[in-house]
Amino acid sequence: MLNYDVLVIGAGPGGSSAARFSARHGLKTLMVEKRPDIGSPVRCGEGLSKQWMSEGDIRPDSHWIADEVKGARIYGPSERKPIVLTAENAGNEVGYVIERDKFDKDMAALAASEGADIWVKSPALSVIKEGERVVGAKIRHLGSMEEVRAKIVIAADGFEAEFGRWAGLKSIILAKNDIISAVQYRMKNVDSDTDFTDFYLGSVAPKGYIWVFPKGDHEANVGIGVTITDMKDRFDVRNYLDRWIKKHPGFSKGKTIQLVTGGVSVSRVKDTFTLPGLMLVGDAARLIDPITGGGIANAYISGRYAANIAKEAIEEEDYSLDMMRKYEKLVKDKFQRKHLRNWFAKEKLGQLSDDTLDKLVEIVSDASIKEISVQAILEAVQEKYPEMVSELEELL
Amino acid sequence: MVEVKVQSEMDVDRSLCNYCGACVGMCPTDAIFMDETVVEIHEDKCIKCAFCIVGCPTGAISAEWFHAKL
Repeated sequence: MLNYDVLVIGAGPGGSSAARFSARHGLKTLMVEKRPDIGSPVRCGEGLSKQWMSEGDIRPDSHWIADEVKGARIYGPSERKPIVLTAENAGNEVGYVIERDKFDKDMAALAASEGADIWVKSPALSVIKEGERVVGAKIRHLGSMEEVRAKIVIAADGFEAEFGRWAGLKSIILAKNDIISAVQYRMKNVDSDTDFTDFYLGSVAPKGYIWVFPKGDHEANVGIGVTITDMKDRFDVRNYLDRWIKKHPGFSKGKTIQLVTGGVSVSRVKDTFTLPGLMLVGDAARLIDPITGGGIANAYISGRYAANIAKEAIEEEDYSLDMMRKYEKLVKDKFQRKHLRNWFAKEKLGQLSDDTLDKLVEIVSDASIKEISVQAILEAVQEKYPEMVSELEELL
Repeated sequence: MVEVKVQSEMDVDRSLCNYCGACVGMCPTDAIFMDETVVEIHEDKCIKCAFCIVGCPTGAISAEWFHAKL
């Protein structure tokens, strides 16, 4: 049996953040990763915004930046003039396309440099509880079973979110309309624009979108995420993406060098994502932004919050639900309002017809809107398509 | 006499499975276990919601009962 202050399950951005800041607080920390190679295989569209990095104490590094973009373009179903979001009109959501495998390894290295222990090829296979409290995990570490006891366990096991559910946390189970299935081809020899990440809305990707994220010269991640509610049969997800690519000569000539797949939660912040002695972070806590599907920044920030509460809990020897709820409060104060708004927007956008979406994109893309705000959009709609106002008011 | 055989067994096509874990996270009853080379669907926990079948990004999961429903 091994004893740690903090045991972190999973070495993605959320886990590496939790391990890094726990170790920085002087806590004896172990991070375990089930895969042999941290960051690989990639399960991500690889878009990353910039504005969170100071809060995460991360410096942009050319080692993991594949492409820096000037903005994002959002296309309606007819793919005419897109909405162009830049740092000027849409704040700081714009950013980088990254190499996730390199990024994740660098994040784990930051945890290591603070003194956290790391085990790879070491899946957690079961939860150890004492009464209601989670006190560790059984880990298969390179062929041997290890019982790791920890004062605090931080589960950062991603979309699968198995550890929390094994521990008895039912609140993180997802409703069908909050589940996205995603497929992406990393393609060479495509006509992508290295200055923009592109998004395609409408019936090409029901209740989701198609994305083209440039990774440098004539290379891009071309992917789709769709809500599984609208999928009727096997292969539907891939078929939607393949149909779109086929219709776009600039991409149908491309050669796929990597197939990336995965599940994405597009949920409101859950009521609870802790148990006594256990905190869930990142995708496992369902903290992905429900409109963009982005989760890296939220995982990293929540990992830092969890480490801060781990320190407080250990100092006060208080591993109760009340202590863990201090972590939940930090997360909710940060994300709850935004994710609620974005969740409603996701639900409403998914109901709009292609025609309505086209009109909306046309209005917003109009040069007269200098700053993209709810008020500005509504006013423009009122002027051009007054009959659409009632339909959109609820959404906006 | 006609023998009616109810087949609930599910199948994972290993030539399609990308071992991404999407099905594990979608499953509301924790009926799917996966590591790098193994996918197991525990039929005793399965409630036939078909989240994994329509949600698998590569279409690797199938079941007799699902096609009966279509």
